[in-house]
Amino acid sequence: MMQAYINSIGIISPQLTFDGSFLSAPIVHVESQFLMCEEPVYKEFINPVQLRRMSRILKMGLGASSICMDARSDVRPDAIVVGTGLACVSDLEKFLLSIDDNQEKMLSPIPFINSSHNTVGAQIAMMRKLTGYNMTYCHRSFSFESALLDALMLIAEGGVSNTLVGGIDEHTEGFFKIFNLLDFWRKKSVDNLSLFEGSHLGTICGEGAAFFFLEKNRQDGTLAKITDVQTFLKECDASDVKGEMDAFLGRNGLTEVDVDMFVLGRNGDSFGDGIYLDLERLLPESCGIAYYKHLCGEYMTSTSFALWLAAQMLHTQKMPDVIIKNPVSGRQLRRILIYNHHRRKEHSLILVENADL
Amino acid sequence: MARRVFITGFGIISAIGNGVEETLASLTERKSGIGQVSFLKTSLSCFPVAEIRTDSDGLARLAGIPLSPVHSRTFLLGLIAAREAVRMSGCEGLCSSMGMIGSTTVAGIDQSDRYYRRLLCGEATHKDKIPSFECADSTELIADFFGITHHVTTISTACSSSANAIMNGARMIKCGVADRMLVGGSDSLSRFSMNGFNALEILSPTGCRPFDNDRNGITPGEGAAFLVLEAEEMVGSRTVYGEVSGYSNCNEAFHQTASLPDGTGAFLSISKALQSASIEASEIDYVNAHGTGTKVNDLSEGRALKTVFGKEMPLFSSTKGYTGHPFAAAGAMEAVFSLLSINHGLVFPNLAFETKMEEVDVVPVTQLCRRPIRRVLSNSFGFGGTDTTLIFSKV
Repeated sequence: MMQAYINSIGIISPQLTFDGSFLSAPIVHVESQFLMCEEPVYKEFINPVQLRRMSRILKMGLGASSICMDARSDVRPDAIVVGTGLACVSDLEKFLLSIDDNQEKMLSPIPFINSSHNTVGAQIAMMRKLTGYNMTYCHRSFSFESALLDALMLIAEGGVSNTLVGGIDEHTEGFFKIFNLLDFWRKKSVDNLSLFEGSHLGTICGEGAAFFFLEKNRQDGTLAKITDVQTFLKECDASDVKGEMDAFLGRNGLTEVDVDMFVLGRNGDSFGDGIYLDLERLLPESCGIAYYKHLCGEYMTSTSFALWLAAQMLHTQKMPDVIIKNPVSGRQLRRILIYNHHRRKEHSLILVENADL
Repeated sequence: MARRVFITGFGIISAIGNGVEETLASLTERKSGIGQVSFLKTSLSCFPVAEIRTDSDGLARLAGIPLSPVHSRTFLLGLIAAREAVRMSGCEGLCSSMGMIGSTTVAGIDQSDRYYRRLLCGEATHKDKIPSFECADSTELIADFFGITHHVTTISTACSSSANAIMNGARMIKCGVADRMLVGGSDSLSRFSMNGFNALEILSPTGCRPFDNDRNGITPGEGAAFLVLEAEEMVGSRTVYGEVSGYSNCNEAFHQTASLPDGTGAFLSISKALQSASIEASEIDYVNAHGTGTKVNDLSEGRALKTVFGKEMPLFSSTKGYTGHPFAAAGAMEAVFSLLSINHGLVFPNLAFETKMEEVDVVPVTQLCRRPIRRVLSNSFGFGGTDTTLIFSKV
């Protein structure tokens, strides 16, 4: 059976999360088309000489992974698996544009070198001298889920006792502009805390870096455990999603009533919100429902933010009002199912449980 | 964990041919795909490349689909190879039970090279090209073509990408997560990679000469290769072409682009792969080396091979003298060469080799050899210190 305990998390997000707090600070509340990370002082984690040469996504990745690893300072990661939808897109863009700007002459190789999609995982390995398994998945909204599945397999195979797994994507001006042409984003600034009001095309753009120390064994500080993850690629409606969900729960010996809370990737975009709203109607009335993308924005690896949220809720048994659509009342929070879809086509499920189960 | 992973089909397109048959003919006849650039528009035309001499129109015909402006070269190459692999496996009717791991380093780079700036300036007329900029694009289009819905993903770990796709497809089958996987990779020649490697001053002005003392850099290539992997019990009476019997991945944790000069990274990767296959080094009959033709790679890989195999060096060669370096597709392409080696009892020559490296006593095979080959070890290394080794065996 595949499962892993989440024994620490390092997360840099548009909310104040890098210090380990769980939505206790005032919620970041902006009027904008995008949410950007509340970043720590990186020189606390990264050599200042190297820091000056680093792109922002690298700083975010090294920062969040350092926070995560430092919280488990007595063990070193046996493996590193990163999911990133667009990886080092700012370096890629810089190098791509420099080709014509300089007529293919005298180009700096630095952005080319750093544009490699596995740069974040590679730099974590280099920074900490970690010579184990190192993998990077880049598949739109499946990126983080693929990384999680790989980590679960690594631990199940028995070759490692732990894995550092992360989801990371950065907001860049170029990415924002280009995907704006596909109506990914709201055309006007939006109050992130009112993201779900009314019916509008587009959502709020976001970003984040979340790293999880997954281990075979439970520790004193264990937050939760991951039991299963599944992705499926098809244009479908809520009843198809429900079918997949039931099959997914079924193979884990569960049904929908065993899930105390569903964390849904609703993003306030009329293009895809219908699936979430229809799905909610197909779920048991007593179950809890939470949304999260008004806090972190939409990005390819946003389910890593959702996983942090789920682990925190299971660990603290606190369910912050700001995320709750349907409260869970009168019972312990034992099991959370995260469901997300991207453009109605890429769907994913992550099952997170209380470590005691 | 004892589930065995069999290869029931494979497909390939590269500068040395479209399809397994043409590829095998070129390999045995020493027909290199390296030459002058003809289709890619670049001012770096003084550097030889291993180009597939067909435009998108021609590739769409080969892929058997109508040409669409949203299709990147990377996708078309991938589909051609994937169709051949699926056809060979006899799994056409079984795709709904198949998963897929694709891989690429630069996604639809022909499209981003042409349209990125214009889109950045707000030219919405080309917005339908945007999805092709993402690594997932060609994987999803191929998955959609076959009706593959579950366990679809894409790996991007520089030049070890498709070797990792094969390894992880095999792992998914071994773990019982999937029964059948379509795995491989695709990359197209681009100004992006030409200029990147030129900026790093490692483009060969003459054509690559892997493991030669006077080697002077890489020759960029392009292409795609895919394999169909199946759990032993799923195969039934269909033909098995080999087994994925060992694999490993590790990181050198040393440098973003250079490999450890003493070869300890490659050594670790090879040793772990042998361990995973539960075999001794002496049981390897042929090594298809990464052998890019750069000073750094070939020296460190040569040293690693020497350390692992010592005096009993198996036959080894780099086939980059045929295909150039097809980046993400390299591992899968060389997996196809490894399978051809096993199934035809052939070891393909390392082209353009003349003089042994001064620093390490290793000499690749320079003539086609015919002999029974039971096990092939294939290396793929890349930026970010990523090292992957695969072992394929006769069943």
